[in-house]
Amino acid sequence: MNAPLSRLDRPNSYIGRAVTRPNAMRLLSGRGRFVSDLVLPRMLHAAFVRSPYAHARITGIDTAEAAAMPGVRLIATGADLAKICTPWTGTLDHFKGMKSSPQLPLPLDEVVWAGQAVVAVVADTRAAAEDAAEAVLIDFEELAVVGDIDAARAEGAERASGSIDDNICFKTLIDAGAVDEVFAGAAHVVETELRFGRHTAVTLEPRSILADYDPSERQLTVHHATQTPYQFQDLYSRHFGLAEARVRVIAPDIGGSFGMKLHVYHEDMAVVGLSILIGRPVRYVADRIEAFVSDIHARDHRVRARLATDAEGTILAMDVDDVTGVGAFSTYPRTSVVEGNQVIRLIGAPYRFANYRAGLSVVFQNKVQTSQYRAVGHPIACAVTERLVDLAAAEAGLDPFAFRAKNLISDDAYPATSATGYRFEKLSHEVCLARLKAMMDYDGLRLDQAEARTRGVHRGIGIATFVEITNPSPAFYGIGGAHISAQDGAVVKITPSGEVQCLVSVTEQGQGTETIIGQIVAEKLGVDRDRVKVITGDTDITPHGGATWACRGAGIGGETAFQAAKALKRNVLGIAAAILQARADDLDLIDGQVVEQAGGAPRMSLAEVARIAYFRSDILPPGTQAQLTVAHHFAPEGYPFAFTNGIQGCHVEVDVETGFVKVLKHWVVEDCGTIINPMLVDEQVRGGVVQGLGAALFEECLYDDNGQLTNGSLADYLVPMACEMPDIVIGHVETPTKDTELGAKGCGEAGTAAASAAALNAVNDAIAPFEAAIGRIPMTPHRILRALGRV
Amino acid sequence: MTAKVSVTLTVNGETHQGAVEPRLSLVDFLRQDLELTGSHIGCEMGACGACLVLVDDRPVHACLMFAVQAEGSTVETVEGLTERGALADLQAAFRDRNALQCGFCTPGMLASAYAILARGGVPSRDQIRDALSGNYCRCTGYEAIVDAIEATARTRAAAHAQALRPQARLPDEARP
Ligand code: FES
Ligand code: FES
Repeated sequence: MNAPLSRLDRPNSYIGRAVTRPNAMRLLSGRGRFVSDLVLPRMLHAAFVRSPYAHARITGIDTAEAAAMPGVRLIATGADLAKICTPWTGTLDHFKGMKSSPQLPLPLDEVVWAGQAVVAVVADTRAAAEDAAEAVLIDFEELAVVGDIDAARAEGAERASGSIDDNICFKTLIDAGAVDEVFAGAAHVVETELRFGRHTAVTLEPRSILADYDPSERQLTVHHATQTPYQFQDLYSRHFGLAEARVRVIAPDIGGSFGMKLHVYHEDMAVVGLSILIGRPVRYVADRIEAFVSDIHARDHRVRARLATDAEGTILAMDVDDVTGVGAFSTYPRTSVVEGNQVIRLIGAPYRFANYRAGLSVVFQNKVQTSQYRAVGHPIACAVTERLVDLAAAEAGLDPFAFRAKNLISDDAYPATSATGYRFEKLSHEVCLARLKAMMDYDGLRLDQAEARTRGVHRGIGIATFVEITNPSPAFYGIGGAHISAQDGAVVKITPSGEVQCLVSVTEQGQGTETIIGQIVAEKLGVDRDRVKVITGDTDITPHGGATWACRGAGIGGETAFQAAKALKRNVLGIAAAILQARADDLDLIDGQVVEQAGGAPRMSLAEVARIAYFRSDILPPGTQAQLTVAHHFAPEGYPFAFTNGIQGCHVEVDVETGFVKVLKHWVVEDCGTIINPMLVDEQVRGGVVQGLGAALFEECLYDDNGQLTNGSLADYLVPMACEMPDIVIGHVETPTKDTELGAKGCGEAGTAAASAAALNAVNDAIAPFEAAIGRIPMTPHRILRALGRV
Repeated sequence: MTAKVSVTLTVNGETHQGAVEPRLSLVDFLRQDLELTGSHIGCEMGACGACLVLVDDRPVHACLMFAVQAEGSTVETVEGLTERGALADLQAAFRDRNALQCGFCTPGMLASAYAILARGGVPSRDQIRDALSGNYCRCTGYEAIVDAIEATARTRAAAHAQALRPQARLPDEARP
């Protein structure tokens, strides 16, 4: 009761407080407004005829029967849409030598993956459109299917697409030098090959879009389930030749995104084109099968890697080769190369060593494209690094914690640069490592493990240290020529009754963006947060910005709102000072009142300031700037990324008879800088962990030799369920970035970054007594039994 | 399959009579014909639970039932349950614990949670996790949802126990 007052005890102190989300009750009442809930007057529905083949030439399309069916209003082929939409190519200039074929909404003469949309049907209802789609006849001539990444790279291999010379999308090599020499002289060398299956985002709300073109004004309005509305405003405008200011993209409630809803999809471009062609609203909502075959997939890597240490277990060098299959072309506008590029640059990032070499090969194949998904590249880099580290610890006879304590970049060594050239402002590996060890009761777990083994019960403990990329600067995409903004904007205004509205360019997909922005603005302006309304996701209303990706909501969006509110507060106090004949510097805003800075005596209400500014500016001294609306834009400067870090621990039990893995418990310690809302951070981390554990144990998009996805439904593709997931314990370390006043970094990908690596190490620890090892993700029961030599 | 047949059912306390195609699922009927868009569609095969509604007070996958099969039934969606206050404490617990992120799974989760709580008592966390085996959530990691349901069960059980106690032993402040 007598605890000293903290900064959270001041009125309107919201930064750092676990407040609830104002939009939660609306969603809990069934009053969400998802794109699939919207109905516009004279709205039509689109369905697509898809390719049954992974690779084929289109030799003929007959739409006559379908066009005559009831309710059908338009049927469009690739050629029809090519007349109004310019092609796009998924390359970035800074990836030297990268190539990819140009894309159109629908293909003209070749299909390159099974499930690719070929013909669009627009009808009065979705059912009518689907009925007619079945009546469309397409003649295909089957072509050779390129699936395997090694076969695809072989001399004289068949090509995944007729418009590329070979199946190599991109190749690069990082070489910090002397790697061969160091390996030759090292006391210990460990090596491994790890394979990571394809998986996909499985947002519970599938992709949805409702395009509404009004020819009378040449105005396009698109309600789009996306996380990046401004990016799509730019793309629709450029590719359809429309004035940018007449393209409005509205992203209302979004049912999960995780990076999947920021890529350009053929169907989305087609739907915009269909609406332009017919001059009426057209809606398309992917069903689950369509989502599995046409949403981006992610990961799909095979990494061979070695690590060298000296006799005492000090890491000396790493040597890595990553081959990744990305489908038949690179996604637009962010490309399918970013993931692999991030893998090779993040490997080894937490550790202190100098000699690093990594090759990356990005390979085309006849599968749906892979691209950025939550924690781009991080889970692969983390699993490779942490598996090698565990192998090296065993080789050097050190406990995994001790080995890491010896090799992590120490907390007093910053600023520091990784072997791959990343510059770190300040990370906190050592304190995180110690915190995790205590939280897990590591020594107790080891005792439990030994005792359980005597009973034939095989438990394993795995840990994984990670570095996460957040708050990317313009050097990330902008430098490659993409129109993807690294800055964000906020407009904050005071209404005549002294309430606050904040329009912000970062968007909300359930993370709680609106909540944290509201907290920041309310605290800065000294008002109750219930008096702040935050508005996101409408390019006609909110300022331009990058929106939500790469964990930039708090660090960039939050800083923008912080600075806007700060400037607005200055204005309010300036006006109040003029009215009160006081000095602005002597005043403050608390609880909706202008108060004396010293002593806190109230002088006048914020509402009174607003009333006078709006309605009685005549009583203000001449020339008073009564600006109660302020706009601010902010892009990161200083370090090119706000790197964050943390560590995870996983405790599993492996049934060596069945191969089933039960996750008993999972721990995370992470450092995202200033925490704005601890509850939301924890829940971001927990959700992220579960996506990482899904990748580790269940999720994989399986293809047969003909390039057919064989598990494209929620009954066949396993997503973690409540009963399979453990409780997740979370601890925090706060190292604010000095690049911003707020000091916040990202946290949304931290959970996913290391969960599968921790699980991989835990399973390997559990089966170590059998001299068995598994290097394949997901670690399905069958693969575990195979590793154990039981099948 | 496209010739319409008539169907009469009670949804959220109101009687609806309409002509529907026999192939129309209950969830499509609720969403399209009645504009009750609270129930969502995530898989259309009974796997994800986003479409769960109460039919005659039991949770039913509205994507697996045809509207015509609901003839004569009483259907409640999240909107109806909200309006009659049946979920108020549960919704508050979900909000307080941030047991939702994007909110797309949430109406289905609430339908499942409603059924779990209707059994009375305080289920164990494992029982709650088990009972949610028809609901996918892609955002939350489930723990917060389990917490919210558990907290509501405890509060309800405590209130129930209080109500059952003999008047004479009620503490002063609880007396009417
Ligand atoms: S939509 Fe009914 S269970 Fe998924
Ligand atoms: S809150 Fe997004 S799926 Fe559950």
